[in-house]
Amino acid sequence: MARAKFELGRRIDSILATDCGSTTTKAILIEKRDGAYRLVVRGEAPTTVEKPFEDVTMGARNAIREIEELTGRKLLSENGVITPQKGEAGVDVYLSTSSAGGGLQMMVAGVVKTMTAESAERAALGAGAIVMDVIAVNDGRKPHHKIQRIRHLRPDMILLSGGIDGGTKKHVVEIAELIAAAEPKPRLGIGFKLPIIYAGNKDATSHIAETLGEAMDLRVVSNLRPVLEVEVLGPAREEIHNLFMEHVMAQAPGYDKLMKWTPVPIMPTPAAVGSLVETVGKERGITVIGVDIGGATTDVFSYFAETFNRTVSANLGMSYSICNVLLEAGLERIKRWLPFAIDEGDLRNRIRNKMIRPTTIPQTLEELLIEQAISREALSLAFEHHKTLATGLKGVARGGTFDRFMEQRHVGASSLIDMMNLGLLIGSGGVLSHAPRRVQAALMLIDGFQVEGVTRLAVDSIFMMPQLGVLATVHPEASAQVFERDCLIRLGTAIAPVGPASGRTATEVVRVKGTLPGGGSFDEAVNYGEMKRISLPENETVTITVQPARGYDVGAGPGHRLETNVEGGTCGLILDGRGRPLVLSDQPDERAKKLIEWFRALDVYPEEPLNRLVAR
Amino acid sequence: MAHAYTPGLKVTDREVLRRQRRLPILGDVLVKLGDEVKPDTVVARTELPGDPQTLNVANSLSLIPAEVPEAMLKKEGDWVSEGEVIARSASFFGLLRRQVKAPCDGTIERISDISGQVTLREPPIPLEMTAYISGKVVEILPREGVVIETTGAYIQGIFGVGGETFGPIRVRAKGPEKPLTAADIDGECRGAIVVGGSLLTGEAIAKAAASGVKALVAGGIIDTDLVEYLGYDIGVAITGHEDVPTTLIVTEGFGPMRMADKTFEILKSLDGYEASVTGATQIRAGVMRPEIIVSGYRSTRPADKEEAVQGLVPGTPIRLIREPYFGQLGTVTELPLELTVIETEARVRILKARLASGETVTVPRANVEIIEG
Repeated sequence: MARAKFELGRRIDSILATDCGSTTTKAILIEKRDGAYRLVVRGEAPTTVEKPFEDVTMGARNAIREIEELTGRKLLSENGVITPQKGEAGVDVYLSTSSAGGGLQMMVAGVVKTMTAESAERAALGAGAIVMDVIAVNDGRKPHHKIQRIRHLRPDMILLSGGIDGGTKKHVVEIAELIAAAEPKPRLGIGFKLPIIYAGNKDATSHIAETLGEAMDLRVVSNLRPVLEVEVLGPAREEIHNLFMEHVMAQAPGYDKLMKWTPVPIMPTPAAVGSLVETVGKERGITVIGVDIGGATTDVFSYFAETFNRTVSANLGMSYSICNVLLEAGLERIKRWLPFAIDEGDLRNRIRNKMIRPTTIPQTLEELLIEQAISREALSLAFEHHKTLATGLKGVARGGTFDRFMEQRHVGASSLIDMMNLGLLIGSGGVLSHAPRRVQAALMLIDGFQVEGVTRLAVDSIFMMPQLGVLATVHPEASAQVFERDCLIRLGTAIAPVGPASGRTATEVVRVKGTLPGGGSFDEAVNYGEMKRISLPENETVTITVQPARGYDVGAGPGHRLETNVEGGTCGLILDGRGRPLVLSDQPDERAKKLIEWFRALDVYPEEPLNRLVAR
Repeated sequence: MAHAYTPGLKVTDREVLRRQRRLPILGDVLVKLGDEVKPDTVVARTELPGDPQTLNVANSLSLIPAEVPEAMLKKEGDWVSEGEVIARSASFFGLLRRQVKAPCDGTIERISDISGQVTLREPPIPLEMTAYISGKVVEILPREGVVIETTGAYIQGIFGVGGETFGPIRVRAKGPEKPLTAADIDGECRGAIVVGGSLLTGEAIAKAAASGVKALVAGGIIDTDLVEYLGYDIGVAITGHEDVPTTLIVTEGFGPMRMADKTFEILKSLDGYEASVTGATQIRAGVMRPEIIVSGYRSTRPADKEEAVQGLVPGTPIRLIREPYFGQLGTVTELPLELTVIETEARVRILKARLASGETVTVPRANVEIIEG
């Protein structure tokens, strides 16, 4: 990730941070109390980046005003946020992230689809962008189709890579010529030159400048792939962030004012969340997956093998893009999570109506179950997408280390994601954070990601990871303390043996034993197809032994016992004996029976409306 | 949140409207401040650069890229006609001759000695921006476009497909609860904006498309009928660019949905008037909804009370926009301050409303929409 370009040169006791999202602007107030940084209060208001308001600071002011009302403290003046704090007025620092108005939208291009073009895609995604298209010499499209596509898109900027330093120049120049011929226009600011970052073969730089320099705002950074074995994403990501501030933010309505409110560069929301996920992984020395399922997009972040990756599924979301989940997953896959029969036409109309009225909420249990069924499929699709990009470099030999900011990756085209070794899975976004019972969020995560072995689960309480991500760039201590104490809700730990998902129902697949801190103990056997829950409070850690049956693996190898420490949480320990990969029966009655059995075993939904629903 | 309800769709017979008409790239504005314009008046014009064609001359002539400039018979900036030879090479003492012909008319834009490619630019494509609505030009955006203002009736739909068009309104349904059927589409509907009641049936859509109907308006549409009409499924709520003969606008949602009485009544009073419509929908912060605009319409109806402007208060007319009461209309009776636990166990802000049937129900505030005037 980009290094912070700003350092707070004074003592910080109060922090105000906003995240200007595509729908709502969320503000949080953090204060140092009794030596520790804590979240004091939050406020939110509709984002005002589009018509009729077209000024992002109006939404930010409304969200901050809610904090003023709740705390009785003056934070705003005519000029923006009052800084530094004087007496009871103002805060010591104000910062912000933004994904309003569609966030940062980029097109990337490279020579070989699975090599330089993929590196360019990773660089853009890691910087928090939505990648609108990936153009490559060998992407299977005819040159005129590529040109049409480039012309049609109106990205905020383009990242162009291709060739190793000293290698052939022909192909990367060819791609540059296609871009020049297409004469792409920027999304914002009619008449402005579209920024393009060149991060390819350094020997081709003069030809690239000749081809693109006049019509476009060309920036040159070091090659993403100076040699085949090494990927250097840092400089390109830095430049993307610079251009995001200079060009995108400067053109977006009201951002010129917002930028003056804060001394810290405004970060794209996903870049801020990614930075936080990466910090958690690095500092705790664990592997992490984070997911943020929003109304329009689903972001997945991972930290495996000391490598950070982010993907965004730009058209998978729970409101604005909910019909795309229906389109990609299909109705059958959504229906399989529902323990009751529903007319297909009715279900399709309901999903469409959620799309056109995105701010509505489920009032009945039936509606809640439908939304949570869709979310399982959205999570699953987004995660599959992530696994295809979070890979080692394709087709090259292992390389050495570079500067630690020059994120590298090594050998192998296989995915870096190893679910058996996943330490922590963090969920965020309305459908997870606002699930009426926390165990609903836990089960959506388990089903959507099909966790394996022993995995800790958590959710972001009120979606403040973006604000904490930007705070981490200038005040890591405050960010870490609020993240631990106020942001992260520990759901508990899932134990899911990997093995055949077609066993006999009365067969034991795993036995879990442990001693509780209070002195009690548990010894639970889980049969095939069963789920169980053991109560273990938050902040409690116990040592357990997990004995999987022959052919089942919880991390120590098939049939091998595992002894490990597990953390509790609001849902305790969730034992999942359904096998992996998870297979649901294709017989509707049988499937519904199992779903209800699992819901009851884990106490997922209120009993009375659930009974009514399945009895009808 | 300061506004825990959906503001609702605008449905009024008296509204001052402004529409910005902007070119995608810089061009010329053709009208002056104060000019009166019609929907088909061209207000701005530009030329989009023609499509480029890239010709791999090096490959075609079996040359290395550096030899391409020498093989060219035309230089950068030259105009060429389709079929004209633009590059030629000879090998084996001139015995083997190869040549590259222009695949279209255009200008040689670039000859690359690095990639061996030649870019041929087709002639520019003229683009004209029309006024879309009748009205007066009240602002000139130099080289970009204009702002047009009008006063008249304005009805927002909830969802639509298809682009801008205009024509006379023809109300064909007998009431807001009646679906629009194929039998309702007659010869008078050609070139018109045809209004139904509760539903755009699949047969009505097909007949309208085949009969030159400009647009259809009704309360609801069945999801599968929409998919059949478009030939594909819509994943994301961004519409308006579909290549369809008839623009579709629904005012309530998906499924058979009685059109709100007020919407139907206003549309009835507009029967025969020229309307400008668009199906363009984009659902995000600052949503864009499909619309029906009748410029210059002067209502004789008494003005509505200003309840909607105040937000939700007891007596505010609302539409329930989520199951289990989806599509029903009612009036707010109570607005409890405290959070309330609903069936899902979520703690939310609720309101109580009396439905048209007389039943009093409790619903989350997020699930109602004010019927705006």
